[in-house]
Amino acid sequence: MTTIDTFSEGRKLRRATSGTPRTLTEGTLTEDRTQASQNPPKGAADSVQATAGKPAGLRTISRGTWLPYLVPVGLVLVWQVLSSTGLISDRIMPSPVAVVAAFWERLLSGELGRDVAVSGARALSGLLIGGSIGFLLGIANGVSKLSEQLTDTTLQMLRTIPHLAMIPLVILWFGIGEEAKLFLTSLGVLFPIYLNTYHGVKNVDRDLVEMGKIYGMSSWSLFRKVIFPGALPSIFVGLRYALGIMWLTLIVSESIAANSGIGYMANTAREFMMTEVVVLALVIYAVLGKLADVIARALERWALSWNAAYQA
Amino acid sequence: MPVSSYLHPTAMVWDAFELQERAYFPDGTEVRPIAEPPVLPKAPAGLRLRGVEKAFGDNRVLRGIDLDVPAGQFVAIVGKSGCGKSTLLRLLVGLDEPTGGEIDFIDDGGDRVAPDARIVFQEPRLLPWFSVADNVAVGLGDGVPKAFARREAELVLEEVQLSEKAKEWPAKLSGGQRQRVALARALVSRPGLLALDEPLGALDALTRISMQQLLTRVWRELGFTAVLVTHDVTEAVHLADRVIVLDEGQVTLDLAVPQPHPRHHGDPELALLEGRLLAAVLGES
Repeated sequence: MTTIDTFSEGRKLRRATSGTPRTLTEGTLTEDRTQASQNPPKGAADSVQATAGKPAGLRTISRGTWLPYLVPVGLVLVWQVLSSTGLISDRIMPSPVAVVAAFWERLLSGELGRDVAVSGARALSGLLIGGSIGFLLGIANGVSKLSEQLTDTTLQMLRTIPHLAMIPLVILWFGIGEEAKLFLTSLGVLFPIYLNTYHGVKNVDRDLVEMGKIYGMSSWSLFRKVIFPGALPSIFVGLRYALGIMWLTLIVSESIAANSGIGYMANTAREFMMTEVVVLALVIYAVLGKLADVIARALERWALSWNAAYQA
Repeated sequence: MPVSSYLHPTAMVWDAFELQERAYFPDGTEVRPIAEPPVLPKAPAGLRLRGVEKAFGDNRVLRGIDLDVPAGQFVAIVGKSGCGKSTLLRLLVGLDEPTGGEIDFIDDGGDRVAPDARIVFQEPRLLPWFSVADNVAVGLGDGVPKAFARREAELVLEEVQLSEKAKEWPAKLSGGQRQRVALARALVSRPGLLALDEPLGALDALTRISMQQLLTRVWRELGFTAVLVTHDVTEAVHLADRVIVLDEGQVTLDLAVPQPHPRHHGDPELALLEGRLLAAVLGES
């Protein structure tokens, strides 16, 4: 008797789940769940909930997963069709297949790995140097009035200069070696990290700072237990913004002068009219940029898991 | 699945920077305490105030307060907004310096002892990036070994009936629970005096009543001296042994509340006292 009951309930639920929009489905689902749980045997009701919950969950996950990729995949398909039919010339834009072939060829020869490694190392060292300076200045100016009065105005002034405008000067200073790229990348990431760290420290809840002082925290304790964690959400905003600038600066400085790296790869390819390699370089920049952002986001979610806004 | 707050970077990564946590012999070997001494209940500290004054510029907030609070007493200070009651409390816990007069902490025999006070504010002021237990451990001060601090924190959390929330983030708690964590943090070092600055002011009526009961129980079990600042006369007569009315920086009434604990809402004798107090606060005596 109960088995049949459960079965029919389950069928009804499954029917309700398929085909209807998500919000509606959920409404029906909870309604039916209450009905199901009113059935006498508890186990039976539970099994109904289990079968009912699964399809809805799968639908939500799969839709959220594939929908964002619909547009890019569609664009690539259209592009391939246009290239194959000859509507777009190879000399203007290579076909996606040609780009994939270029990728495969360079991957096998090891050139690609080397170029990506070189560019990645440049990006990271620039981020590390510029980021550390920006972070330390931000903390110092947020905490100390003297330091703020001494350096903040200067930094705010320098910040308004587009750092890429310094390229001619940088070439005069450092030539076209690694130092030039490192300097430009560091300079680029310094300001977003500085501004957001400074802003974060300035906005730490004064009541919490007072509390820390009441409980006898030393300045070091106060920094690591109250000020730094309080500024962290803002510092992460700065970091993610800096990552964007980091890639941008690197691309530009590698295009000016380099004998290795992705920018170099793209520029050499231009000389030989190898459009597919140029496009490959763009794709790699996009992938690296996205990767950096994904890592930063994951780090952010982990470090800020206390914050309701970052809880999964 | 939330990451355990004990494994969180603010709790974990920074532990590497816990400078005072370990001590080393000159030859580099680490000193390991065999067993950390538990924080023992300390004797309650009484108060002796003589001619205490506080002025902010020309504004004389406190105009000569004389007050003796025996160790272990529960005193409530009531008064209108701006009567100086919160200022007085901030002086007691050393958040501000008096511009005149003397504040001494005394023991049972009336001898001066070191100031030993903690304060609970109207808002809990918990660190949102620390677990409940780590927030309570803040009350033990710097340089306390982590394991010991957590054990003490869990003990005092039991006292405020929140042991099961030890590893939660404060954001997950209700307003009343957060205030209980703040209370636990103030009590974890077993202070001789606890100052309460309208600690229940932001809570709803029902939570407030259960918090009053909790406060009374904790006070009777741990035996500290309590100084409560409130604008709620009912709360004052339910919690305190003695209620002081402050008006324009001076004590205008000092009323004993002899009723034994636990007290019940609706007790006619308390209602009578309440009426007298209210009249005094409103200046209708």
